[in-house]
Amino acid sequence: MDSMYQELILDHYKHPHGRGLREGDAEVHHVNPTCGDEITLRVKYDGETLTDVSYEGQGCSISQASASVLNELLVGKELAEARKIQEVFLELMQSKGKLEPTEEMEEVLEDAVAFAGVSKYPARVKCALLSWMAWKDATAQALGGAERETV
Amino acid sequence: MTQLPGLLDTEAIRKDFPLLDRVVHDGKKIVYLDNAATSQKPRQVLDALNEYYEQHNANVHRGVHVLAEEATALYEGARDKVAAFINAPSRNEVIFTKNASESLNLVANMLGWADEPYRVDRETEIAITEMEHHSNIVPWQLLAQRTGAKLKWFGLTDDGRLDLSNIEEVITEKTKIVSFTLVSNIMGTVNPVEAIVRRAQDVGALVLIDASQAAPHMPLDVQALGADFVAFTGHKMCGPTGIGVLWGRQELLEDLPPFLGGGEMIETVSMHASTYAPAPHKFEAGTPPIAQAVGLGAAVDYLTAIGMDKIAAHEHAITEYAVRRLLEVPDLRIIGPATAEDRGAAISFTLGDIHPHDVGQVLDEQGIAVRVGHHCARPVCLRYGIPATTRASFYLYSSPAEVDALIDGLEHVRNFFG
Repeated sequence: MDSMYQELILDHYKHPHGRGLREGDAEVHHVNPTCGDEITLRVKYDGETLTDVSYEGQGCSISQASASVLNELLVGKELAEARKIQEVFLELMQSKGKLEPTEEMEEVLEDAVAFAGVSKYPARVKCALLSWMAWKDATAQALGGAERETV
Repeated sequence: MTQLPGLLDTEAIRKDFPLLDRVVHDGKKIVYLDNAATSQKPRQVLDALNEYYEQHNANVHRGVHVLAEEATALYEGARDKVAAFINAPSRNEVIFTKNASESLNLVANMLGWADEPYRVDRETEIAITEMEHHSNIVPWQLLAQRTGAKLKWFGLTDDGRLDLSNIEEVITEKTKIVSFTLVSNIMGTVNPVEAIVRRAQDVGALVLIDASQAAPHMPLDVQALGADFVAFTGHKMCGPTGIGVLWGRQELLEDLPPFLGGGEMIETVSMHASTYAPAPHKFEAGTPPIAQAVGLGAAVDYLTAIGMDKIAAHEHAITEYAVRRLLEVPDLRIIGPATAEDRGAAISFTLGDIHPHDVGQVLDEQGIAVRVGHHCARPVCLRYGIPATTRASFYLYSSPAEVDALIDGLEHVRNFFG
C-alpha cells in the first residue's frame, strides 16, 4: 500500500502545483470512464518551449497528484525533452510493477518516479496517466500535429 | 459482540461459504461487502455444479440416453424451483437467460418487433426512472432510437426516493411499457411498486420490474407485484454467473414474438418458414446454460431452507446498524435513504473530498472489499452532483463485526488522507 501512496504523491495531492486554468494555445478534456476522473488541461508554448500547463479536474489522489507532478516537471522544458519524459513515464506506468526504476530513469522523472508503485495496480494506471495523455493530446493540437492517442 | 434482533446465526452460515475464509494482503481475513455486485457461493451450490458435470452432463431436450434424460430433468427441475421461489402461476412462465441484462433486453426486443397492441413505435412512449442500472436504461434508449418512441423518466427526490409527483405526466395514455427497479443497486431504495403498477394498468401499459437487487434479499412474489415481467440474475443470489431469469405472464409470452432464433425454440422448420415452440422454449434458443441453471436451483434450495423472510429481517437489522454507524463517521454523506426503512442492504456514501477510488484502495489494503465508482448508475451520480460513490453492500452472511471493520477502516482512510 505504502508503495502506492508515497508521501510525495500525497504531498502533491494536498498541495497541487499550477492548478487552475490559465491562458493557453489549446485545451482538451479527458475522462477516465471507469471511475469518472476528469481533467481539463491547457498548454502554452513559446516556440518549442512549454511555458505553461494549467488544469482543472476532479478525481482520485493518484490522478490529481500526477497532474501536479506533470506541471512541475514539464513546464519550462523544450518540447523534445518533455516528450522524452512523457515516454519514460509511460514506460514506467505500463511496467506492471516489474520495472525497478534505474538511476537514469530517476534522473529523467524526478518526483514522477514515486508513481512506480501505482503500476502494480492495473485499475489505477489510467488514473496516473490521465493528465499525461491529456498533455500529449493538447500539445498535438497546439502545435498542429495530427497525432492523437488515448489510453 | 454486537447483538441485534433478527440476526441470523452468521457463524453457522459462514461455514457454508468457503471463500469467506480467504485471507488477503498478508494475513487479513476478507471482509466481503460487495454483495450488490455479486454474492459468494455456498458449498451446496458448488457441489451441485460439480455433481452435474461429474455425473449427469449431457445436452438437454434431445437424445434418449440416460444422461440426456437426467440433464433435462435437472434443468427443468431448476425451472420448477425458480417458479416456486417467485410464486409464478406456471413453470412455463420462467425463461432462463444468461443474466438480468439479457432478460431486460429480451423484453425490449419483444416489444420492438411485436404487433399491436404491444408494439412500441413513434406514436408511443416508454417510461423508466433516473435510478436505473444502465442495463435498464440502454435497452430502452436503443428501442427508442430504433422505433422513434419517446423515452420518459421519473426523477429522484433529495433523499434518494423516486419522485412520483408527476406520475400522470410520465405514464400517459401513450405509454406502452414502464420499466423500473424494485431495489436500487446504488442507493438501496426500495420503490413503491403498487402506485406505479396501478397507474400503468390505468393507461394499459405493460410493467417490467428489475428485481436483480430484490430476489436475493427478500421474498419475491410475482403475482403480488402485479407486474407483467420480472427480471433478475442468479449470481447475486448465491448462484453461478451465466444464468438469469425472465418471468412473464403466460398470455404475453404466447402473443409476443421470439427474439433469438435457433435450435430448441422451434416447433417445425422448413425452408419457407418455421413455427415456434411454446414458452418458455420459444425464448431459449440454442443450448441453454444447463449447469448454471442447476446451480441456481441449488441456490434457491439453499435460500429457501434458511427462509427469505429471515434473510430480509437479518439484512434489515444489519442495514439499520450500518446506517447508524456510518452516520457517526465525520464528513460521511449517505447517497440514498439515510434510514433503514424501505431500503435494501446496499449503502452508498461519500467521505469528505476523498475520492471513492482512494477510499476503496485503502479499505482493500485492510481486507475490506467494497465497490467504488458510479455502479453502472451514472445518472444517479449526476443527479446528486458527485463523480462516484463508495458502496458497501451486505448479505445473509454479513455480521455486525464486519460493519465495525468497515467503520474502523473508514477512520483509517480519513487519517491517511487527512
